[in-house]
Amino acid sequence: MASLVIAEHDNKSLKDATAKTITAAAQVSAPVHVLVAGSDCGAVAEAAAKLSGVEKVLVADAPLYAKMVAEPMEALILSLVPAYDAILAPATTNGKNFLPRVAAKLDVPQVSEILKVLSAETFERPIYAGNAIATVQAPAGKKVITVRTTAFKAAETSGSAAVEKVSAAPDPSVSKFVGEELSKSERPELTSAKIIISGGRGMQSGENFHLLEKIADKLHAAVGASRAAVDAGFVPNDYQVGQTGKVVAPELYIAVGISGAIQHLAGMKDSRVIAAINRDEEAPIFQIADYGLVADLFKAIPEMDAELTKLGY
Amino acid sequence: MKVIVPVKRVIDFNVKVRVKTDGSGVDLANVKMSMNPFDEIAVEEAIRLREKGKTTEIIAVSIGPQQASETIRTALAMGADRGILVRVEGEVEPLAVAKILKAVCDAEQPGLVILGKQAIDDDSNQTGQMLAALLGWPQATFAHKLEMGDGKADVEREIDGGLQTLEVKLPAIVTTDLRLNEPRYASLPNIMKAKKKPIDEKSPADYGVDIVPRLKVLKVTEPPKRVAGVKVKTAAELVDKLKEIGAI
Ligand SMILES: Cc1cc2nc3c(=O)[nH]c(=O)nc-3n(C[C@H](O)[C@H](O)[C@H](O)COP(=O)(O)OP(=O)(O)OC[C@H]3O[C@@H](n4cnc5c(N)ncnc54)[C@H](O)[C@@H]3O)c2cc1C
Ligand SMILES: Nc1ncnc2c1ncn2[C@@H]1O[C@H](COP(=O)(O)O)[C@@H](O)[C@H]1O
Repeated sequence: MASLVIAEHDNKSLKDATAKTITAAAQVSAPVHVLVAGSDCGAVAEAAAKLSGVEKVLVADAPLYAKMVAEPMEALILSLVPAYDAILAPATTNGKNFLPRVAAKLDVPQVSEILKVLSAETFERPIYAGNAIATVQAPAGKKVITVRTTAFKAAETSGSAAVEKVSAAPDPSVSKFVGEELSKSERPELTSAKIIISGGRGMQSGENFHLLEKIADKLHAAVGASRAAVDAGFVPNDYQVGQTGKVVAPELYIAVGISGAIQHLAGMKDSRVIAAINRDEEAPIFQIADYGLVADLFKAIPEMDAELTKLGY
Repeated sequence: MKVIVPVKRVIDFNVKVRVKTDGSGVDLANVKMSMNPFDEIAVEEAIRLREKGKTTEIIAVSIGPQQASETIRTALAMGADRGILVRVEGEVEPLAVAKILKAVCDAEQPGLVILGKQAIDDDSNQTGQMLAALLGWPQATFAHKLEMGDGKADVEREIDGGLQTLEVKLPAIVTTDLRLNEPRYASLPNIMKAKKKPIDEKSPADYGVDIVPRLKVLKVTEPPKRVAGVKVKTAAELVDKLKEIGAI
């Protein structure tokens, strides 16, 4: 049969998470079809059609799907399920929200946040904040899977799949989108940035995050944070990196004024290079950092900025 | 309106787990266990609803071994009214938990079920959503703010891009995120009072649910370890090193 990947997008552009999920899907069950559920999302469908390994793109274009609300998404996916033996979504807040509903209705367990596909039914997934890796075997029948996108390479863009319209499923009419408050930034998104500079409680205020932003702009980096910095109101919730926030694996992760709690490490320890600035030389972050600087961040960050300027950044 | 709060007994969030050398799982012997932190937030939210007169009864439910009754006691000491312990030995997966909770909801007819968004041991992030699907109820996951209305609730949710507000018809499922509230500590008098609150003991068979795990764990291993690198002396040296290796 085939696998169905539920696309992550904002109705205008297709997110990188989709291309990575397609790579995982192709290892579970080829060919791969992609479902783009959205509103006025034609451009997204076209982008999905260009991804290598995609045989067909299904588009459900209706206002009902504009925000991928869980109940209508469940109904839509269930209407398409008979043709597939695996349903996959990236482990974004969207995928995590609607996919377990599909699994429950199919009476199968969901395999959450897979890191590796060992065979069509065996997978590796992290447990205990990534401090252990479980190899799990799903039962016979349909597989329902969310994918940790940092663990898979993005599919290339040399494809040309057919795009096919599918009709909307009936609206369960039990929930309604009311509004949203999205963080606006010119910087790259946390989950696709090559460089991330994150601040923790040591930053002391939201104001002080400007120090990190100046460096981020020089390096084309995204700005992230620890839970403590979010809880303190320094930065919005979508900055949080960690076990219960975003999982990232950039080329370079710079942790500033972050102690390195298990829950934070869970979200960034697969970064290629880790640098840490902390005034406490005992801070656990230094146990995993490739480069550690024991210093007061309020002195070190301006110095770093000056050095970057000197080098022409 | 009744509120049900499912609470899971898990390894304490401060404990660093050790993987057993035989690959069969993680070592939980003599390890501190606590209520899943997201479930504390769920209990707190239920209590705040009662303080606002929005609920009449709070029922804490745990599916687990005998010791899970301690987790229920913690919820009762915080302010829940009664508990239900569904006794099982060994691991129960989210789908089975959701099925048991569905049966509890069928019996208790709550207006709201507040769960944690994620158990910090299995990191599944599934149970609330599965329960919602099995009941055919709407869900508002990753709640940042909850406001009860007439036959409906407005829930602000933490999503990848920021915050989103949904209106859900009641009965509904809500799962908690970190910023929903700061859970209270139980006071000594309330801990004493909690000892007298009732906990009903049940078995999965009472609800007709088969709990044999469907997802087989073949082995559990340690992730690749990172080792500490070098210390640099100045910020300038840090920048130079990062440039040298092509990281910037
Ligand atoms: C259920 C649960 C889920 C969680 N999920 C997450 C998650 O997803 N992500 C996450 O990050 N955390 C998470 N946490 C929280 C985690 O346990 C830690 O509390 C948190 O990561 C600490 O943040 P921090 O390192 O910024 O703060 P702290 O631990 O307070 O560390 C601050 C650091 O800054 C340093 N510092 C202070 N001032 C300066 C200065 N002037 N110059 C240099 N250094 C300075 C200090 O030496 C210290 O090391 C979770 C916790 C729980 C219970
Ligand atoms: N064994 C259990 N007993 C009670 N509640 C549970 C149990 N397992 C999961 N839950 C609830 O479901 C939430 C999400 O768990 P999970 O889907 O396993 O990540 C938890 O925060 C609890 O509220």
